[in-house]
Amino acid sequence: MSRLSIQLPGLDLKNPIMPASGCFGFGKEFSNLYDLSKLGAIMIKATTVETRLGNPTPRVAETAAGMLNAIGLQNPGLEMVMKNELPYLERFDVPIIANVAGTTTEDYVEVAEKISEAPNVKALELNISCPNVKHGGITFGTDAVVAKELVEAVKKVSKVPVYVKLSPNVTDIVGIAKAVEAGGADGITMINTLVGMRLDERTGKPVIANGTGGLSGPAVKPVAIRMVYEVYKNVNIPIIGMGGVTNAQDVIDFMSAGASAVAVGTANFVDPFVCPNIIEALPARLEELGVQRIKEIIGRSHL
Amino acid sequence: MIQQERMIVVRQSEIAQHIFELTLQGQIVQDMNPGQFVHIRVSDSFEPLLRRPISISNIDKETGEATVIYRAEGRGTQILSQKQVGDEVDVLGPLGNGFPVEATPEGGTALLVGGGIGVPPLYELSQQLNARGIRTIHVFGFSTKDVCFYDDQFSTLGDTHYVTVDGTKGTKGFVTDLLEELKPEFDVFYACGPLPMLRALENFYPDKTGFLSFEERMGCGIGACFACICKTTDQTDKDYVKVCSDGPVFPKGVVEL
Ligand SMILES: Cc1cc2nc3c(=O)[nH]c(=O)nc-3n(C[C@H](O)[C@H](O)[C@H](O)COP(=O)(O)OP(=O)(O)OC[C@H]3O[C@@H](n4cnc5c(N)ncnc54)[C@H](O)[C@@H]3O)c2cc1C
Ligand SMILES: Cc1cc2nc3c(=O)[nH]c(=O)nc-3n(C[C@H](O)[C@H](O)[C@H](O)COP(=O)(O)O)c2cc1C
Ligand code: FES
Repeated sequence: MSRLSIQLPGLDLKNPIMPASGCFGFGKEFSNLYDLSKLGAIMIKATTVETRLGNPTPRVAETAAGMLNAIGLQNPGLEMVMKNELPYLERFDVPIIANVAGTTTEDYVEVAEKISEAPNVKALELNISCPNVKHGGITFGTDAVVAKELVEAVKKVSKVPVYVKLSPNVTDIVGIAKAVEAGGADGITMINTLVGMRLDERTGKPVIANGTGGLSGPAVKPVAIRMVYEVYKNVNIPIIGMGGVTNAQDVIDFMSAGASAVAVGTANFVDPFVCPNIIEALPARLEELGVQRIKEIIGRSHL
Repeated sequence: MIQQERMIVVRQSEIAQHIFELTLQGQIVQDMNPGQFVHIRVSDSFEPLLRRPISISNIDKETGEATVIYRAEGRGTQILSQKQVGDEVDVLGPLGNGFPVEATPEGGTALLVGGGIGVPPLYELSQQLNARGIRTIHVFGFSTKDVCFYDDQFSTLGDTHYVTVDGTKGTKGFVTDLLEELKPEFDVFYACGPLPMLRALENFYPDKTGFLSFEERMGCGIGACFACICKTTDQTDKDYVKVCSDGPVFPKGVVEL
């Protein structure tokens, strides 16, 4: 047992660090930079039944210590992901968490059923929180009843544990968390991006073609920490925390608030080596804190 | 191979109004080709957060130095313009696919068309074309005289013509106006500049082989985030291309303009 290892439903993690969905594609590009087997897990880009071409550009805009994106769940579709993307990742010793998205319950069920059969997919992450698509996505994530029903439907068909990705764009995140727990979710991942807008200084019009975009990066970390903290107090399933993580201390913070593992999103664009760098830096940080094994700090804020 | 490196600033100067020439030294220069770009992190803090994509304008593998020319306008490029000799700059690169030099037959003629801050990558391209015995004709459009740069450098490589929007250098108008007047004879054209210019060029030379370099807002710069997508025309079997990893240079007719 290494001092960084973490066990979660379906996931035997060498370390608690994984790239967040949408910030790492399907891994191929980053595999040219470093050995993906170093990672605790990989959360792949949202997969939908059909090929999605996403939103018009510009799709990203920089903001203070953060960025907005409105990619629009662009992905090659379930069939291509199963045929090309997942098999490529089999050469690495790393569990895959498949981010599942759709417009209707049937869409989610179809993707979940098929993608959970892939040998390296060890867990699903139901994306009920994408703020950038007109239908589905976030509507599932903002209504507790609908969210619970969706989780129940997916749980019936999935061969692997199901995590649900929560949206921060709600007034009562604990209510949604409890609902998905009641629906049978094995874990929670949080947070997705916060809906925002940036205006062009000259024209006064939104910079992003979609108008609004999802805010991510260091700017959102306090919101994410607060939400992980509150959800941890109220549910008994594990949480994978994310939102603005850039270094080892951020990981310690999320785990202290109650996360059992931590995902890194936007920081991969700033420093493509951020995940292995954090993994390397963690043992020394634990040493400084006088902590033997990282799992000992999970939820220590609440003691 | 794409690498991240802390390159060293060897020179930096303002060569035209708000236009800076920055020369960096490092290992990754050995892998660079004309038309490729680097993704520069201008600050070690998270302000500003994202890297800035900038084209490579000169490659010197012997000294291990590469030059970029950029307009210091927004907050990222302004910070970059303050770097001093000896400072380190975090560079990811070289990125993307550049201009195919071999597309022009040896002994042939290439037309290089640049608009504003799209001119820099054409400098390394022109040098490499000339080294292969290809004649180059340069046609550049700028908004005004004060932002023009590298007149001498390009003039020693081939015929160089200017057009400015306000007529303060060369003729007045846009590059297509000048091309109409010059009617240059050439085999292949290479272009980098604003979209309206690229669109006009494609229409202007429907029967010529040409290569266009595109710009789009970027996140990762390496093909992972789907920020920099362009729609393609029916002439390709793909639905879209990524400017960062499939481009930034595409053969004429690939990207829907
Ligand atoms: C492949 C490629 C090659 C380029 N080569 C050059 C070059 O050689 N010289 C040069 O001066 N400029 C070049 N650009 C444009 C350059 O990237 C932008 O001018 C620069 O990013 C603006 O940053 P800023 O800090 O000045 O502006 P800010 O307003 O602070 O930028 C905010 C955000 O918008 C992005 N952005 C703003 N304008 C552009 C743009 N035109 N294209 C892409 N992203 C943009 C920035 O990267 C940043 O993420 C290139 C762009 C691309 C995509
Ligand atoms: C460009 C981009 C694309 C994203 N795509 C997805 C996605 O497909 N599915 C998803 O669940 N979350 C997606 N996210 C959200 C991230 O996974 C993460 O929840 C969020 O960005 C907060 O983490 P960060 O601040 O570390 O980036 C995306 C984020 C960004 C920046
Ligand atoms: S910038 Fe991320 S895919 Fe091109």
